[in-house]
Amino acid sequence: MTVFNHFGRYLLMIKGMFTKPENWRMYWKELMKQCSDIGIGSLGIVVVVALFIGAVSTLQTAYQLVSNLIPKSTIAQIVRDTVILEFAPTITCIVLAGVVGSKIASELGNMRVSEQIDALEIMGINTKAYLIMPKILASFLMIPVLVVIAGVLGIWGGRMAGILSGILSPEEFEEGLLSGFQPFNVTFALSKAYTFAFIISSIPAYFGYFVNGGALEIGKASTTAVVTSCIMILFADYILAALLL
Amino acid sequence: MIEIKNLRKSFGEKVVLQDVSAVMEAGKANLIIGSSGSGKTVFMKCLVGLFEPDEGEIIYSGQNFTTMEDEQRKELRQQIGMLFQGSALFDSQTVEQNVMFPLDMFTHLSHSEKLKKVNEVLERVNLKDANKKFPAEISGGMKKRVGIARAIVLNPKYLFCDEPNSGLDPQTSLVIDKLIYEVTKEFNITTVINTHDMNSVMEIGDHIIYMYQGVKEWEGSNKAIIYSKNQKLNDFIFASEFLRDVKEMRMLEAEGKTPNGNKDI
Repeated sequence: MTVFNHFGRYLLMIKGMFTKPENWRMYWKELMKQCSDIGIGSLGIVVVVALFIGAVSTLQTAYQLVSNLIPKSTIAQIVRDTVILEFAPTITCIVLAGVVGSKIASELGNMRVSEQIDALEIMGINTKAYLIMPKILASFLMIPVLVVIAGVLGIWGGRMAGILSGILSPEEFEEGLLSGFQPFNVTFALSKAYTFAFIISSIPAYFGYFVNGGALEIGKASTTAVVTSCIMILFADYILAALLL
Repeated sequence: MIEIKNLRKSFGEKVVLQDVSAVMEAGKANLIIGSSGSGKTVFMKCLVGLFEPDEGEIIYSGQNFTTMEDEQRKELRQQIGMLFQGSALFDSQTVEQNVMFPLDMFTHLSHSEKLKKVNEVLERVNLKDANKKFPAEISGGMKKRVGIARAIVLNPKYLFCDEPNSGLDPQTSLVIDKLIYEVTKEFNITTVINTHDMNSVMEIGDHIIYMYQGVKEWEGSNKAIIYSKNQKLNDFIFASEFLRDVKEMRMLEAEGKTPNGNKDI
């Protein structure tokens, strides 16, 4: 299949999700389950990644700023902006593409191979709407929350690393944190989070939903889904930066 | 009743079904048999709408399935139950939740009413104490029985079974066959079974369709199959020495002779 075939089938899959649910209560239940899986299930790794990325960015920024003419509070300013603009949304979402994306692709792939999707179709259920839509909606709800958590923890991790290593004092860090803050950066980070949320959920759903074969194919689909999602995140990251900044 | 008229299906250049016509009657076990690659799975998938036929008509009790809108198909599908080869149970749900799923999705019954219905069908398939078990915790035969329970919980008019005995021992296969047959008679369901199992053919085959290279080669009952002169069918059904002997004995019995060639009466 060519890229155009895949893209066409992907668009048809997205279009196929928009039908009236057979039973709103069951769809709501599925949405809540997915919110729990995606949000709470990924919280641990997001916390760890955010803390260390913040900490490392403080240490590396301090390492590069060797001039005495630059105030130390600048380190905090740089850490804040890099975490909000890039690390919290992009790195978190690349990690989530691995965690959430592979889970979505393998779950749907397994359902396809074991004929569970066929069973739902025969019952008269729109499987695209019932299985894929809640995953995308749950990603829209939970991934921006995870990105905000990653931003806050990233900055806090940077502060802790700066203080514990003696690079700068808490007062210097807070001075830098508050100076020249642009609220638009948060809007920009959230725009990225929503865009990446769609990529992280819909692309793995596509590869999982259309798996053909057995266990080996599920593994391949999962890998392809993660790789494609990561590339699309980086591509979208560039486009959004070029358009919005 | 399901009427199939001149069904044709191909994948690219390869024609898998050619001009297949048949009538599947209610209250009967309609078996589709044939060697691997003969087109019987594609035939069944066309009947339930998982594949779209290239030509032909599938008529469910007077309603043309092939020309139906999606919404009409959805409604009709609520009258269809299907037992899959691998049971297709939802791994993350218990036996009770699996059987309750169609009730949750398509009815407005209270939880206690749904539970009562679930327990009724589980009892019907002789699975009383498995409600809280997960599919991974039960045997292949039990999975099939849960599959049957899920398929009949909405009182379907049509039941499709894709190789219901695959992976089961002969004794459990007979239990599953008997169960499907009893359910078919009890609820007057139009049952279509796709099978390789010769025991099923002989035990429950009210109506048998033999597929050969995408064509309906032979049609008849389990009684008629013994006396069939169709060479392709005989090569398929009576492939083993043992079954050939059985056929020979039945033929002799029908002629009133004993197996050693003497007249019995």
